[in-house]
Amino acid sequence: MANCYSDRAELRFELNHPLMERIVELKERNYRDKDNYDYAPENFEDAMDSYDRVLDIVGDITATTIADNAEGVDQEGPHHEGHRVRYASGTEANLKAMVQAGMNGMTMPRKYEGLNFPITPYTMCAEIVAHKDAGFGNIWSLQDCVETLYEFGSEDQHQRFIPRICKGETMSMDLTEPDAGSDLQHVMLKATYSEEEGCWLLNGVKRFITNGDADQHLVLARSEEGTKDGRGLSMFIYDKRQGGVNVRRIENKLGIHGSPTCELTYKNAKAELVGSTRMGLIKYVMALMNGARLGIAAQSVGISQACYDEAIAYAKDREQFGKAIINFPAVYDMLSVMKAKLDAGRALLYQTARYVDIYKALDDIERERKANGEKLTAEEREEQKKYAKLADSLTPLAKGMNSEFCNQNAYDCIQIHGGSGFMMEYACQRYYRDARITSIYEGTTQLQVVAGIRYVTNGSYVAQCRDFEKQEVSEAMKPLQQRSILMADKLEEATARVKEAGDQEFLDICARHLYEMAAYSIMGHLIQYNATQQPELFEKSARVFMNYAEAEFIKHYSMVMYLTPESLADYRK
Amino acid sequence: MLAKQVPDTRNVGPDAMTPEGTVNRSALPAIFNPEDLNALEQALRLKDQFPGSTITVVTMGLPKAADILRDALYRGADDAVLLTDRALGGADTLATSYAISMAIRKIGMPDIIIGGRQAIDGDTAQVGPQVAQKLDIDQVTYVESIDKLCEECRKVTVTRRIDGGVEVVEAPLPCLLTITGSAAPCRPQNAKRVMKFKKAAAPSEGKENAKIEITQWGAADVDADLQQCGLAGSPTKVKAVQNIVFKAKESKQLTGSDTDIESLIVELLDSHTIG
Repeated sequence: MANCYSDRAELRFELNHPLMERIVELKERNYRDKDNYDYAPENFEDAMDSYDRVLDIVGDITATTIADNAEGVDQEGPHHEGHRVRYASGTEANLKAMVQAGMNGMTMPRKYEGLNFPITPYTMCAEIVAHKDAGFGNIWSLQDCVETLYEFGSEDQHQRFIPRICKGETMSMDLTEPDAGSDLQHVMLKATYSEEEGCWLLNGVKRFITNGDADQHLVLARSEEGTKDGRGLSMFIYDKRQGGVNVRRIENKLGIHGSPTCELTYKNAKAELVGSTRMGLIKYVMALMNGARLGIAAQSVGISQACYDEAIAYAKDREQFGKAIINFPAVYDMLSVMKAKLDAGRALLYQTARYVDIYKALDDIERERKANGEKLTAEEREEQKKYAKLADSLTPLAKGMNSEFCNQNAYDCIQIHGGSGFMMEYACQRYYRDARITSIYEGTTQLQVVAGIRYVTNGSYVAQCRDFEKQEVSEAMKPLQQRSILMADKLEEATARVKEAGDQEFLDICARHLYEMAAYSIMGHLIQYNATQQPELFEKSARVFMNYAEAEFIKHYSMVMYLTPESLADYRK
Repeated sequence: MLAKQVPDTRNVGPDAMTPEGTVNRSALPAIFNPEDLNALEQALRLKDQFPGSTITVVTMGLPKAADILRDALYRGADDAVLLTDRALGGADTLATSYAISMAIRKIGMPDIIIGGRQAIDGDTAQVGPQVAQKLDIDQVTYVESIDKLCEECRKVTVTRRIDGGVEVVEAPLPCLLTITGSAAPCRPQNAKRVMKFKKAAAPSEGKENAKIEITQWGAADVDADLQQCGLAGSPTKVKAVQNIVFKAKESKQLTGSDTDIESLIVELLDSHTIG
């Protein structure tokens, strides 16, 4: 039986990364739940075995139910009925299967009925689900909004809302408005505290809200009257049971048809404040977005995998000029580059997820200790800071690069299909349409560059490369590692050149190039590590990737070296 | 709920048969008989409707058949019984249904016994009906859905798949239902249940780390008469096993006339297909 997890040795490899030992140790706190919950692990091996088994279930549901429903969902789409959303019938069946399998609130503590999974295996589930239906991936993966509620909500809110998510209620994050897209500082949705009702009331409009008719919404709204920027915004939780939010329309989109994108009207919708006022955008949305970006990176890898699978199957099957087209260099070149991007992008995704896991688990330990008047030790604090910084720096790379790779793989998938790929009966057209949004939502690639560029200029990416350079790699990977060292040198050189100019606009235009140079450098090291550990799985990919990555790197390097602040005149419109 | 572990004959490769013409069991993975999974889903739906009810899964087989019991526990069954004993080995459908009926007597008569219509290895569809006979209860075969169960009037209404359509049948409780593959597929395994019951094992599996014991019974535990068990209790004798190659050219059209039916019977008797 096909299984979207166990058929994918690369995923099991990523799951078994050595950092998992520390992650599980932090997450399970000495396996203290083992006597209170019959499903809690007793030790590291037990925990890892459970992740493996649970991933296997998700792999099975994806390869059967979700895969079987994908085309129907794409054609049917969600229905707008009396201000509400009714999912496509296939989406409902998918959701039911995932809820029956208990795959909701996966990362939440057991005391709220969660599985207490680290982010890494959860992110793998998100990749797996998106592999067969990226749109359904959104509905299911939005459960990770609960992380933000868990981090910043009160204990009382935790007890009332989180168990419902673990039982299968869905979530949405209501941020975007007609006049506040990438620029969320201009959110206008009004939150006023009603003494009479003893709660906050929300009024206004939100647009492009994924899964907008969810059971629980995290809403960004302006609580401070008269303010105009991000400091007047707060985060609220709206419970659909309260009423007051209607779906005005469902957008008609190019792709991810299974995922309802809604315009919402709020009319005196009762809501609760999450955390403190004024922290909505500057703290909570940033946390929410970082989680969401990792989710989109996972979705992108899932779609990339689907594109590669579809392309290689077609190339093996399709014969022209008396042989299968996979035997033509022009075709196998495309396929191997697709695979290389997939492998390197996935390595970056899970490296990021592991970093997130470590610092988030330490954050959680810190909160718990704080409640008992205790603190993290100095070493723990250092570890927390280190991994938070690593995670923050890699998240924009993981999201930006994987979403671009996924679009490129979708393009190549159609290209390999030739004329057939342009016809609607092949699945590649759906992947192509679904891929397109990944480099737009949860922050466009251009905004990922904005988030990432500071780690170029402050030397963080280069420092990470220098650390990787100290890593022992296999004989086969040594020449590649040497090439990576030269790339880091060039990245330093190019960065210095741009910084020396002291011109913000010049830096802004070079940023994309520097960002990609950093991304290719880091992914190069990651794929070399993978190939050292499992040559049969990654060695070919590592060599192909390094050829491709270095060529791309040099392209961007040349751009930076040719550009000058004066030359911007040629670009300005 | 009755279940069987079977070799997966659905994806038969070139090494599925031994040169002697018997099933090469090592080449075929052992799986949960597909229609038994449909049956489990029907049982779970009843449990959803009647939250106080319990589902006990019974299987007879080698110790490794505990795999499907764990699978049933992962999907929502409450309890599992493994009938395993050398004395039960080599059983045909008659001896199997005898042993299973004795196990059910030991558990206590449930309101409903549900099993798959037939197993994909033997394809006999006999065990379910024979269990009902031996327990002297009503039976409905080929059930596609359980439509209504009335606790007070002790009746169950089911839809039954028949040639060219369906029929709706009412049966008194207790009764035995066999479920077809056209019924709803079984729900997936549940994460928490998997993490819990992965530590369940039957004693004969010899797993050291088992935390939960799966009930295991032998012939003596269910007070079975050894003469009716295993090979001794099996009147079916396999004379020979042959590789059959279906040839389309052998197909022929028959009418419903007496002459045609008679000639068919004669032909089948001659070829020893029947009789």
